[in-house]
Amino acid sequence: MAWIYVAIIVISTVASDLLQSWEMKRQGEVTEFGIGGIGRLLRLLLTKAPLIGSMVFLAISFYAFLALLAVADLSFAVPATALSLVAETVLARLLLKENVTPARWGGTVLVATGVALLAL
Amino acid sequence: MPTNSNALVWKTRLFAAIVIVTNVTGNFALSWGIKHGAAMDGSAWSFVRVVFDPWVFCGILLLSGWVLSRMALLSWADLSYVIPVTSVGFVLNAVMGAAFLNEVITPLRWLGTLCIVGGTVLVGLTAAKTETS
Repeated sequence: MAWIYVAIIVISTVASDLLQSWEMKRQGEVTEFGIGGIGRLLRLLLTKAPLIGSMVFLAISFYAFLALLAVADLSFAVPATALSLVAETVLARLLLKENVTPARWGGTVLVATGVALLAL
Repeated sequence: MPTNSNALVWKTRLFAAIVIVTNVTGNFALSWGIKHGAAMDGSAWSFVRVVFDPWVFCGILLLSGWVLSRMALLSWADLSYVIPVTSVGFVLNAVMGAAFLNEVITPLRWLGTLCIVGGTVLVGLTAAKTETS
């Protein structure tokens, strides 16, 4: 059962992050960080379809994570989602057309390996 | 290797730190609340009860801060930069699990910790914001 929750977490996390990154780049760099800035971010969250979709996937991931914590240790639950790191970098290159340098690929694979080792 | 202005570099580091701290403390509060507070038996009512447990509620507030700070960070930094750099939170999660939840950190987990820190430093040395290709 734990691995089913892990699969749900990975798929929904990847979808959520891609949608969020794509829409926030479209909205432009955030430069205001006071109450007004927080209000603008909340408004974006409530009115922009990609961000609403991102939150729906995040909610699915959150409830799956809660369910996973009920059947597994935190130190298993968090690292077991390491697959999403590599999947997100691949999709950031393919879908968001980001310039992923060799150093960034190397670092990402190293981090994903480390996260997987934490689960052992 | 492309470089970013000093202001952008420091803004990115500050927001990466906020993202990491709110995520780690939020996850810890959730885990503590679920293990020591309201039990979840799979029913809809137990989900509602768990959400209003003080620790779980505090965790949700912290994770709300995580969502907003991450949105801001993603408005200028690449996703392929943000994901690995903020992964250092995995290490802090494991350390907090060991310190407060009596979870065991084996030598393999320490090796994993070294890999994560090394990978985070490697990605952290690249520019957070690059031109798309």
